[in-house]
Amino acid sequence: MKAAVIVFPGSNCDRDCKTAIERTTGAEISMVWHGDSRLPSGLDLIVLPGGFSYGDYLRCGAMAAQSPVMKAVKTEGERGTAVLGVCNGFQILCEAGMLPGALLRNAGLKYVCTAVELDVINSQTRFTAGFQGRRDVRMTVGNGEGNYFADAATLDRLDGEGQVVFRYRKNPNGSARDIAGIVNAEGNVLGMMPHPDRAFETELGSADGALLFQSVLARA
Amino acid sequence: MRATVHVFLKPGVLDVQGKAIEGALHGLGYPGVSDVRVGKTIVFDLAGDDPARREAEVKSMCERLLANSVIESWRVEVG
Repeated sequence: MKAAVIVFPGSNCDRDCKTAIERTTGAEISMVWHGDSRLPSGLDLIVLPGGFSYGDYLRCGAMAAQSPVMKAVKTEGERGTAVLGVCNGFQILCEAGMLPGALLRNAGLKYVCTAVELDVINSQTRFTAGFQGRRDVRMTVGNGEGNYFADAATLDRLDGEGQVVFRYRKNPNGSARDIAGIVNAEGNVLGMMPHPDRAFETELGSADGALLFQSVLARA
Repeated sequence: MRATVHVFLKPGVLDVQGKAIEGALHGLGYPGVSDVRVGKTIVFDLAGDDPARREAEVKSMCERLLANSVIESWRVEVG
């Protein structure tokens, strides 16, 4: 498997993602700077990591969504390549129009850093096939703006089309309909606030995140 | 020309900063305060002689970057 992790100024989970994917899948990882306008060829997975790209200026993910590399990421996404955005990566995917909705400031106003239990709502996606039959999925969240928002019609569509992939069992941030992660209509772009890259070995408290990367690998 | 862009969360979108400020103002003895909304103002100089064209440019900037139409509304003052 070949994967690329995009590095924006202010990304802080880029190396976590690299290590997590390497250790769980053995993939060959390229780190791609946001100013590059080209991606390596033959990628199976593109990851937009967590962090505070461009210092969260203007809105979380707004500046990163306009960076040169995102044109190439969009093109790859349209070709069907798997694209995963975690945390700030999810915010960037929404700002770039690759996923519907937006992430608002947490309802409790506080930065939330905690373990979360998730329900896997759709285990038919290329990111979640490995979770089939799993009930207790644990990862962690660390965000100030993880409160997913979309209008009611969009939320209904996401629910109806199986695009809601993960839901929080106990909502940490006020997210609409307890949404923790969604895919696009085609199923190849996943955005999620919980960090699989911080839950890929039991020493980290959970190895459930590994299943996500391994699911992508199985389809590569 | 100086352009001023005001960006606010749309009505109905939870504004937690507004809520916190409202609570603080009540605590300071202003019980009549309600529906506090926090926005941002972006100001910049813009070159060009054609007012219609400048206005169209600022509108385009709002739609493409300065505001996120999913959650925010915006208003422009020029001149």
